[in-house]
Amino acid sequence: MEIAVFVKRVPMVGGKVVVTADGQDVDTRMSGFTVSPHEECAVEEAVQIVEREGGSVTVVTLGPPEAAEQLREMLALGAQQALLLETDGREWGPIATAAAIAGAVTRRADGGEAPYDLLLFGNESADTGGFQVGIRVAHALGLPVATGIKRLERTDGGLRAGREYRGVQESYDLPLPAVLSVKEGINLPRYPSLPGRLRAKRAKIGSYQPQWQAEGLRKVGLRVPQEARKRAEVLGTGTDAVPALVALLDELGVLP
Amino acid sequence: MTVLCLIEQGDGGAAADASLRALTLARTLAESAGGEVAAVLFAGDTADLPVSELAAFGVRDIYAVQAGDGYAPAAWARGLAELVVAAAAAGVAAAATDRGSEVLAHLGAITGQPVAANCIAARWSSPGDCELVRHRWAGSLLEDAVLEATLTLLTVASDAVPAQPAGQPGSAVVHSFSPDLAGTDLQVHATESAERGTGVSLATARVVVGGGRGVGGPEGFEVLEELAGLLGGTLGVSRVVTSQGWRPHRQQVGQTGTKISAELYLACGISGAIQHMAGCLTAKHIVAVNTDPDAPIIAHADYAVIGDLSQVIPALVAAIRERA
Ligand SMILES: Cc1cc2nc3c(=O)[nH]c(=O)nc-3n(C[C@H](O)[C@H](O)[C@H](O)COP(=O)(O)OP(=O)(O)OC[C@H]3O[C@@H](n4cnc5c(N)ncnc54)[C@H](O)[C@@H]3O)c2cc1C
Ligand SMILES: Nc1ncnc2c1ncn2[C@@H]1O[C@H](COP(=O)(O)O)[C@@H](O)[C@H]1O
Repeated sequence: MEIAVFVKRVPMVGGKVVVTADGQDVDTRMSGFTVSPHEECAVEEAVQIVEREGGSVTVVTLGPPEAAEQLREMLALGAQQALLLETDGREWGPIATAAAIAGAVTRRADGGEAPYDLLLFGNESADTGGFQVGIRVAHALGLPVATGIKRLERTDGGLRAGREYRGVQESYDLPLPAVLSVKEGINLPRYPSLPGRLRAKRAKIGSYQPQWQAEGLRKVGLRVPQEARKRAEVLGTGTDAVPALVALLDELGVLP
Repeated sequence: MTVLCLIEQGDGGAAADASLRALTLARTLAESAGGEVAAVLFAGDTADLPVSELAAFGVRDIYAVQAGDGYAPAAWARGLAELVVAAAAAGVAAAATDRGSEVLAHLGAITGQPVAANCIAARWSSPGDCELVRHRWAGSLLEDAVLEATLTLLTVASDAVPAQPAGQPGSAVVHSFSPDLAGTDLQVHATESAERGTGVSLATARVVVGGGRGVGGPEGFEVLEELAGLLGGTLGVSRVVTSQGWRPHRQQVGQTGTKISAELYLACGISGAIQHMAGCLTAKHIVAVNTDPDAPIIAHADYAVIGDLSQVIPALVAAIRERA
């Protein structure tokens, strides 16, 4: 099976998120970068499918040249090829992103390479969380799509994808080619192996620059929500705090 | 200026709480342009619609859309797209649930319109121009944005928007609506299994005892589970714990795990990364047990115990058992 997985470079924010002085971006001077856990699981799922039935996994990102770092991390997890849809660093909205991704999928088929059988997305990007790029790509390409997927099995000629809705398991049957967006928990991603890392370091990354387009949803600015809570009241240190803790639990009405 | 709001139904046909919250935001949006909110349900049977409940939220018109049996996201979106035309609606809103997010994204793709996901406030400043506030990083960051579109499409971060009935409750009329579906709209549809989940659900548990890297390994969770059992609650964990394989992912609290709504979250050995806090800031009370008095979670918690959880928690369990 030929599989493409789409990942997005996002800042690795830790205990506190800080916005730049102009209010336009997350301050990344102190942080590294990563991809969403959903997307890492999408890569793992693709690698497992290809290990079982052959084919290849291509990881694709739309982002600045530095996003090649995330592609190499995904290559180290077992993807074979990587493609960078290079931007000048400004933010792309979901409509423009989906158009560029659909363009890349068509371009591969037009170029005579084996077309993708499966396009895997994260359920939502970690930073902007638009919950839509995969679905827009599916519509652009006329492919069936299911989202929020946490279980995936192969069927005759297709896939059975599952998720939970209000405590009930739902499943969706899709013929191939298809689009799926997956959630963390669908598998437990492996740690990159040493040979994987070495291969990733040397791998060639294809790239070109798609055309940016303006869209109707425009960011005015970012802000950190008002912190409703203040610093915690310290009940005590070590086991000396236990009586105060028991009293608190009693007050909250949670003791047996 | 009518705003359509997708209503999901819970047990016994009642409107889901998340949908009532979305309806509250949709009503505010409609009122910002002197319009009204209308409810849309995908229900084959119009007999068990929550009519009076929706009327109490200011709904006058309820559309019962027939779009096949069960759930098919593209068909629901097609039904909404046609209803937008039939009811001359200027906007469509849905709770940012799995279904709401998915249906609105399909609707955006079908109509070629942008979709603003996870909004917590929205108003029209002029026709077609919507000023809104939405979540980024699952609510750890807010974005002020402008949505310029011929049709305003948004999902609502429902845990951040309380459900408020309308000041003037009225009565509502049910209209049946049968859209023309395209051939492929029903291709991807849900098949539901009969089994239901069992046990205390993490999302709705009254007490969650949380464990993070500070628990030290898979064995360390036994005493946390014992405590959770004593408090009638359940265990929740951080991503470090699930990615190490110490506990299954369904127990993960946070941005890419579950959002909890507990009365008490007792977070042990968890640093309080924003992606973890995104899943527990809706807990009423947070108590942190951490060796580090400067851990970020201390800034979010109501109470803290500074200490080693491997001593504090067994002592707490013993004290509770002694009392009982
Ligand atoms: C896009 C994205 C999504 C993410 N989604 C999630 C998510 O859904 N959920 C989630 O949890 N994380 C998520 N993360 C990961 C998150 O950023 C943190 O890495 C993670 O939450 C840290 O887990 P932790 O607090 O257990 O570990 P650490 O950050 O390592 O903290 C361990 C804490 O334990 C304390 N400690 C150590 N020993 C003891 C002891 N004996 N007694 C008491 N305290 C002790 C330490 O002082 C420290 O504060 C996500 C990250 C990204 C980038
Ligand atoms: N810039 C990007 N590059 C590659 N894939 C992306 C990009 N943005 C979004 N995606 C994919 O689309 C999914 C959903 O994104 P979103 O609609 O922004 O929440 C993500 O999890 C990724 O799989």
